[in-house]
Amino acid sequence: MTAGSVPAPLLTPRWLATAALLCCAALAAGEAWAQLQTGGTRPGVLATLWKWTPLVLFGPPREFGGFALNIAVSFLAMAIGTLAGLVLGLGLVSNFAPVRRLSWLVTQFFRNSPWLVLLFFVMLLTPFQLRVAGIVIPLPGWLKATVGLSLPIMANVAEIVRGAINSIPTGQWESAESLAFSRLQTLWRIILPQCVKRMIPPWMNWYAILTMATPLISIVGVNDAMTLTQDALAAEQRSELLMPMYTLLLFFFFVYCYPIARWTIHLERRYAVRN
Amino acid sequence: MDALWDLLRHVHDAYGVNLVHFYDGFERGRLLRGMWTTVKLAAICIAFSILIGIVGAWLQTSRLRILKAAVQGYIQFFRNTPPLVQMYFFYFALGPQMPRVINDFGVPQPMFGSFEWAVLSLSFFAGAFNVEIFRSGVEAVQKATVEAADSLGFSRWQIYRYVVLPLAVRICLPALNNNLVNLAKTTTQAYAIAVPETLFVASQIWSDRINVLEMMVTLLTFYLLMVGVFVWAMTRLERRLRVPGFGQ
Repeated sequence: MTAGSVPAPLLTPRWLATAALLCCAALAAGEAWAQLQTGGTRPGVLATLWKWTPLVLFGPPREFGGFALNIAVSFLAMAIGTLAGLVLGLGLVSNFAPVRRLSWLVTQFFRNSPWLVLLFFVMLLTPFQLRVAGIVIPLPGWLKATVGLSLPIMANVAEIVRGAINSIPTGQWESAESLAFSRLQTLWRIILPQCVKRMIPPWMNWYAILTMATPLISIVGVNDAMTLTQDALAAEQRSELLMPMYTLLLFFFFVYCYPIARWTIHLERRYAVRN
Repeated sequence: MDALWDLLRHVHDAYGVNLVHFYDGFERGRLLRGMWTTVKLAAICIAFSILIGIVGAWLQTSRLRILKAAVQGYIQFFRNTPPLVQMYFFYFALGPQMPRVINDFGVPQPMFGSFEWAVLSLSFFAGAFNVEIFRSGVEAVQKATVEAADSLGFSRWQIYRYVVLPLAVRICLPALNNNLVNLAKTTTQAYAIAVPETLFVASQIWSDRINVLEMMVTLLTFYLLMVGVFVWAMTRLERRLRVPGFGQ
């Protein structure tokens, strides 16, 4: 999102209530239609959805998976991406030209490659286990997928860091220099603390984008909510369940991502630089 | 050309760098077809998503509240759900509900194939962002300009078509570029519903010929080139359309 754009008008509670009511009405109509088609011999659509909800949310018993895995992967990928992105972003504003150029190249490469291609890259070209000094460290699929998702996040966080550092007036650097701060001290004690506020809204925006990219890991064979939804559909073999099951999955993501988006817009307004 | 293919074949035999997708005519053919599919998919989706953006932004200036609420609902739904799940929803859930048509062999087949569904779902996904982008452009157009057009007797659609939109497009072009680049990259998702685009074909080749690394490098180079050419073209367009008297 660009800093100058005006946030969308807030959805009123009444609007949300209407939407919820419409959803319920659609579900009830679908239920009635399905019962009519099957002659009421099979369990209802709602009952079936309810039966699969724990699986889609938390994965099979005694295993970690489902929507909870999507969230866990998003947290971990964001943490890795943010740490690496901070380093890369500082490289982008380095005084040493080779470091700056290399950081620029890395940033452009990971920003402009499709997420899915990067994901395949990491999944297929890293080993399934590491042998360090005789100790075998397994690298499970979900961990590799997390690293794969954190690469584009790293590049975009680096851009956020560079943008924030560049938005601090030059006068701050000059006054710090006249007070005999070293470059590192100026960055760490004067510039970066002011950057944090400006970086939070775009950073949250990228978190939401990352969360919505996590179903991609189902393509490379991780037991996430998408995989389990398809498994559940395969087990049921009922075509009238297709729409409700996919809608349920969309609904889970919406419930998680929508508040983040609203909160981001709120913070963007609060932290907006006033002219 | 043949000399180059022979050289690459020699490189494979002598150094083990397997560039079979270049020197083998069959593999080269399907890779090129895959790349063409990606370019076609991206171009069609870009056109449709811009159309959705323009119409959506116009509907948002409407005085009907239900219309505005519907557009807002569409935007929030598509912006806050994963594009991959949207694509599955379109292909697997909506697909079977569509009427069937009789094809040339007299056999009933679904109305839309996977390519058409990819176009639909990606266009709606990117379109939701485009509506917001165009709206921010429309809002940035000065009120006096709109009032001037109004006093000259332009209708509401005429004002939008001839006065507001040309200015708004120029204002929001950078943001639009960003989103369209993102859309071009998201076309890789069509892999999931077996559209024979570049990633899909590449994965077939690396499974058949066991040259994952070489194929991956080719794949990344292709996407970086495609995005690079697109960004270059859009930057030129931006310069061409620049309104004199604004910015530096």
